[in-house]
Amino acid sequence: MFRNAFCGMGGLGVSLLAAPAAFAQATAAPTVTVDKGDTAWMMVATVLVMTMIVPGLALFYGGLVRTKNMLSVLTQIAAVASLAMILWVIYGYGLAFGGDGSQFLSSGKFFLAGVTADSTVATFTENVHIPEFVFIAFQMTFAAIAVSLVVGGLVERLKFSALMVFATVWLTIVYFPIAHMVWYAGSTPETTGLIFNWGALDFAGGTVVHINAGVSALVGALILGPRMGYKKEIMAPHSLTMTFIGTGLLWVGWFGFNAGSALEANGSAGLALINTFVATAAGVLFWMLTERALGHKGSLLGACSGAIAGLVAVTPAAGNSGPFGAVLLGAVSAVACAWFVVAIKPKLKFDDSLDAFGIHGLGGIIGSVGTAFTMLPGLGGPAGADYDLGGQLGIQVLAVAVAIAWAAVGAAIAFYIAKLLTGLRVSPEAEREGLDLAEHGERAYNY
Amino acid sequence: MKFIIAIIKPFKLDEVREAIGSLGVAGMTVSEVKGFGRQKGQTEIYRGAEYSTNMLPKIKLEIAVADDQVPQVVEAIQIAASTEAIGDGKIFVIDLVSAMRIRTGETGETAL
Repeated sequence: MFRNAFCGMGGLGVSLLAAPAAFAQATAAPTVTVDKGDTAWMMVATVLVMTMIVPGLALFYGGLVRTKNMLSVLTQIAAVASLAMILWVIYGYGLAFGGDGSQFLSSGKFFLAGVTADSTVATFTENVHIPEFVFIAFQMTFAAIAVSLVVGGLVERLKFSALMVFATVWLTIVYFPIAHMVWYAGSTPETTGLIFNWGALDFAGGTVVHINAGVSALVGALILGPRMGYKKEIMAPHSLTMTFIGTGLLWVGWFGFNAGSALEANGSAGLALINTFVATAAGVLFWMLTERALGHKGSLLGACSGAIAGLVAVTPAAGNSGPFGAVLLGAVSAVACAWFVVAIKPKLKFDDSLDAFGIHGLGGIIGSVGTAFTMLPGLGGPAGADYDLGGQLGIQVLAVAVAIAWAAVGAAIAFYIAKLLTGLRVSPEAEREGLDLAEHGERAYNY
Repeated sequence: MKFIIAIIKPFKLDEVREAIGSLGVAGMTVSEVKGFGRQKGQTEIYRGAEYSTNMLPKIKLEIAVADDQVPQVVEAIQIAASTEAIGDGKIFVIDLVSAMRIRTGETGETAL
């Protein structure tokens, strides 16, 4: 997201990496400027990411479950996103970006201690800063959507209390450390995030948000077991209209997510903007083409799923790709995710109910590995002539592997703690009745 | 008195209503129902999860008529609801023992 956007650019990357700590406060450096345009854009980008969660993701997921569980999905997303925001200002920001600590965690700025309206953080341009509160809020929305995405593997059977326990533990031992490892630029290599220090490219969170959430959702689905009647009863989405509205909100919000990750209102943000259009468009079309190739009809749910597959894949590449590299990436991600979800998943035993892994996990892996390729000048990417594809590819694969392993182990710990404290799963009667009434005492629809 | 129950294709409802309306039938009850007959169901696929639904949506009409009206009403429904394809539905006629208009307490054919 930060300097790593330029890591492929030869000498420039080195000089930027050697620049002062990314998040040091500006008060000591009188030459630092805070641009009102940058600030305004980042505040807009922050609230755009918010629309991705509530109501975007909530409606996208909600439309995919049965009527009796609609309200539980909306409630779960609203609650875990809110929890993530509170934890973020208490200690999440401190662990992820709270000053130099280790390669795995920061330690400082708990309860946002010392942060004032005059505090600033660095952007990619030397001596151009943005207000720290804006940066904190922007990053807060990333934590909130990451944990919300995990819900997709767990719907229609997880206790509400179990989700809240899981989210607390998962954010603490999985999300905050991985955000630090991928994005924190310290003043020395020993305090810079482990994966960032390798030179891994993750413009807007393909690894941190999507691989992380997708793998965690898969682990949760395995621990939780399939829904009652899975593969026997009809579990068709109750409202693809809702899912379509959610998809639209996710797509629009994603411009904040990706273009906002440039941290400035400039050409890099513009590049991320157009890539977020075209990779997604390619995803929509290529998912439906894959459906046709597999002998099905081109479907609306396919178009929506393809949009998400394209968005997820372009996330790490948003500023690290030309528009046609992004088209290619979106298409490859949609074909691979569609093939997995439509042709392979029905043969597997686990119930990743809303395909959080099949789209966010797999799409994230394709995007993160693919970013090594979209950097290539031949594909319109921003890398210089001395770009080492093999080397970068190795770094990307290693970063993905570490993220998968960390997320899998951390999520398993978080789910077992939740199981210990809450029992994890609702009773069979509650599952049959639906989580709306059983867990929340309301129905989504009264008519 | 007879009680006519007709199961028809949903898009035929307006045609049937017009046809029996012109015969002076004073009222009918309409329900959205599901069921199966000889017509095959349909297959829905959501991200590879395949669901075949044997139950197809139909409209059920319930009409109470005087004995002498039965042949015309049944014929009108048959003509209006037919597409000459399977799945057009069925018409059942059963004896109606009594009828009462709630507002006035009238009974028999005057209540229809």
